[in-house]
This record gives sequence, structure tokens and C-alpha cells, in this order.
Amino acid sequence: MKSFTPEIDYDNTVISIGDLYKSFGTNHVLRGVDLKLHKGENIVVLGRSGTGKSVLIKIIAGLLKPDAGTVNVLGEEVPQLGPIALRELRMKVGFCFQNGALYDSMTVGENLAFPLKRNEPNMKAEQRNKLVDIVLDAVGLSHTIDQMPAELSGGQRKRIGIGRTLILRPEIMLYDEPTAGLDPITCTEINNLINEVQRRFKTSSIIITHDLTCARATGDEIAVMKEGKFIKQGKFDEVFTDNDELIREFYDYNFTQ
Amino acid sequence: MESNDQPEKYVISKGVDAFFISVHDIFRFIARFFREVLRPPLEVKEFIRQCYMIGYKSLALITLTGFITGLVFTKQSRPSLAEFGATSWLPSLISIAVIRALAPLVTALICAGKVGSGIGAELASMKVTEQIDAMEVSAINPFKYLVVTRIMACTVCLPLLMAYTALVGMMGSYLDIHLNEQTSITAFFNKAFNDIAFLDLFASLTKALTYGFTIGVVSCYLGYNATQGTTGVGKAANVSVVVSMFLIFIEEIIIVQIVNSIR
Repeated sequence: MKSFTPEIDYDNTVISIGDLYKSFGTNHVLRGVDLKLHKGENIVVLGRSGTGKSVLIKIIAGLLKPDAGTVNVLGEEVPQLGPIALRELRMKVGFCFQNGALYDSMTVGENLAFPLKRNEPNMKAEQRNKLVDIVLDAVGLSHTIDQMPAELSGGQRKRIGIGRTLILRPEIMLYDEPTAGLDPITCTEINNLINEVQRRFKTSSIIITHDLTCARATGDEIAVMKEGKFIKQGKFDEVFTDNDELIREFYDYNFTQ
Repeated sequence: MESNDQPEKYVISKGVDAFFISVHDIFRFIARFFREVLRPPLEVKEFIRQCYMIGYKSLALITLTGFITGLVFTKQSRPSLAEFGATSWLPSLISIAVIRALAPLVTALICAGKVGSGIGAELASMKVTEQIDAMEVSAINPFKYLVVTRIMACTVCLPLLMAYTALVGMMGSYLDIHLNEQTSITAFFNKAFNDIAFLDLFASLTKALTYGFTIGVVSCYLGYNATQGTTGVGKAANVSVVVSMFLIFIEEIIIVQIVNSIR
């Protein structure tokens, strides 16, 4: 549970998805997804592997094109954006990959400075370094600034990945399986970091996970996905006190692993 | 994920369709390279870094192979020329062989093996670990930063490496000739360059530029579009070398035919 009350503006929708379809060959991955993310809100998309969760956020980030449906992010229809407009939008939408996706050939400091160097070439080195220090401090890994990604643990890589996303001060954060493959203590640290990002940076987030603990800790709303569509949406307790067989099945599956 | 029961439809067959789709994709990849190459921002620092990795880091291998190629080719040619008492023609023979054919080809094959596999594996590894996607979502153009710089560096470095291979190859040849005929280095190079025409130098330069571009495009394309996780990394590295070498030999035949028709 969160130790603070998030400031959610229900009159302000930052992501609006309508009737979204996506297939890969004969695999129908998304089959009519509808979703609304409000400003300041954390929505957790919960589902077993292969249900299309990651595909959904990759479409939101413009990494994949949908077959049908609308994807409106901060007032822009993502599938219709050209490369320049899409790049401008991506400055406002952060994407945290499952394994951090840190650049192997760069140190942690360089990983964080890289998006700034590319997108804000006029920024002075001192200012850039200061921002790197601030973000590293926010993710609690200031001491790793000169380390290479290969020297970091899985949890540290994810935290640096979140930091690298935060450095561009995005309005929206997309987390792809932030706690996958981590021990329970590190999972709790990541969950706390996601909440801290929401509180401190006033971000709105979509968190993709199959981890119910993460969902309960970080989500203001839960959307359960099965076979490419949402079968249930609501607060965690509303969703998981339901007697729906599919929901119970997922709950039991999660806690017997 | 679910699949429906309808089989996928192909124009000819799965393999043939895939081949033509790949060819189409490669041409689109090359077209994108030409669109992006002069569009700002020019990635000068990354280009220089790649030149260092591709050019400077290949020097040791190029020196060894170039020198041995020149030395061995001279040793192999000597008995045939000695039969006619024509060993004084060795410098001319070697220079023509080295500059027209050996230097471009040896340099290209070494670079296809060393540089092509390196680029293929590096980009494929970045692809399967989502580092390329991470650049994309950080509002960075990964094609410009990763692909354009590497293709440019290959295209620029190959001619320089070829010139260097020719030089060390000639030095290898000189060593053998000097030990047998006590020829001075000035006399050796005078004789060597007597029979080299501008067309030879131009043809070699064209070959090196073409081979460099080919190695860059093939390895970047295969790495950038890698799939299948870690297996894809090995496959990208391996196929980069095989396809680059195959195309280099095809290009060699075409360029030699064109040059001979001009000569």
C-alpha cells in the first residue's frame, strides 16, 4: 500500500486507448483493448506471460504500429505521428525496459547523460552532470556512477534504467515488468521507487507486471488482461475480491509459483 | 496469444517470399542510409570512434597478413620467372598483383571477418537486449547513431587499410627481393611503380570503397534486424561474414570486368 495519497486528476486523460487490435501473422495478440490513464495515476496491467501486455506499451511508445484502434497520448494520435513528432512525444514518455536495457559500452553516468546529450545539445556539461547526480541520488545509486552495467546487479540495472528514463523529466512512465526476476526485498525497493517517482516527479504510469505484490503496492487501478483484452478493471481489492473464475485462477496461479 | 486456424498465404513459397522480402528490406535500409547520412546532427564523435575501432584496431592483423602475402607471393613467383631469367620483373609483377587484386581483396576479406562479425554481433546484441529500442524511446535516432556511423566508417577505413596493406605487402616483397638480389629500396619501388597506371589505382580505390560499404551495410542490416535472442546474435555475426565475403567476390568479378573493358 502507498504511504501517500496520489494526486490524480480524473478530468485530465493523458493516455486514451480505444478498440486496439494487434496481430503478428496469425497470432492475434491484442483484441479490442480500451484503456484510460489519468494525470497522476498509476495503472497496473496484470496478466500472465504472452497475453499482450508488453505489446500494449510498445504501441503506446510508438515502437509497434497497431492494426486497428486509437492510441492517444498527451493529445497526439501516436500511430499517425511522423518521426520528428514521435521523437518530440517520446521526450515526454519514459519507457523502462524489463532488463534495464542499459548501454553496455557506457558507464552508468554516461548512460544517464546520453539522452540529455542527444536531446539537449546546448546544455552545459556541468548542468548535465548535476542532473545525473540528482537522478542517481533519486534512485539511490550515486556510488555506481563510474561502474559499467555488467558490474551491476539485476535490481541496480532496473533502477538505473528508471533513472535514465527520469532524466528527461517525462510526464508518463511505462514500466515493463519492473520486478521480474528479482528477489522479494529488491522487488519491494523497486515498488517503493515507482511510488516515489509518482510522488516526487508527478508522473502518470502504466506498469506491466504479473506480480500481484507489485500490482498491490504500486497500482491506483488494476486492469487484468487475458487473451488480448481486459477482463476486469478497478481497484485492487475490487478486482481480487470478485468471484470471477478467471480472476481467481490468476490469483491462485500467482501465489502458487 | 492465440492463433487462428487459417494457414498463412504465400505468393510463391515461404522461402522465396522471405528472400524477396529481405532483398526489398535491404534496399530500403540502404535508401534510409542515404537519406540520413547528411541530415544533421552529424555524429562526428561516434564516426571517429568507429574509425578507430574499425581502422586502427585492424592494423595489427592487416600488417601481418599484408606482409606475409607480399612475401609469399614473391617467393611463389620467383621460380617461374627464374626459368626465363626474368626475376628483375618481380617488382613490377608484385606491384601489379598487389595493387590491382591482392590488397583490396585481402583487406576486404580480413575486414569482413573481423569487422563484419564484430558489427553484426554488437548490433544484434544491442537489439536483443532492447538497447536499440531504449535509444528509440529516449528520442534518439538509433539508425543515425549506430548504423550510419558504422557504414561510413567502414567505407572510409577500407581504402586507407587497403593502401596500408599494399604498402606492407610491397615491403614483404622487397624483403625477399633484397635478400636474393640485393636490390635497393629506391630501385625496387621505381621498378614497382613503373607499370602501375592511374586506372589501377582508381580501380583499387573503387573496389575498397565498394567492399567497405558492402561490409558495413550487410553487418549493420543483419545486426540491426536480429531476432531470436542470443541465438540471433551468433547468427547475425556468422551470416554477416558469409554474405559479405560472397558479395565481395561477386563485386570483384564485376569491377574487374568493367575495368578490363575500359583498359
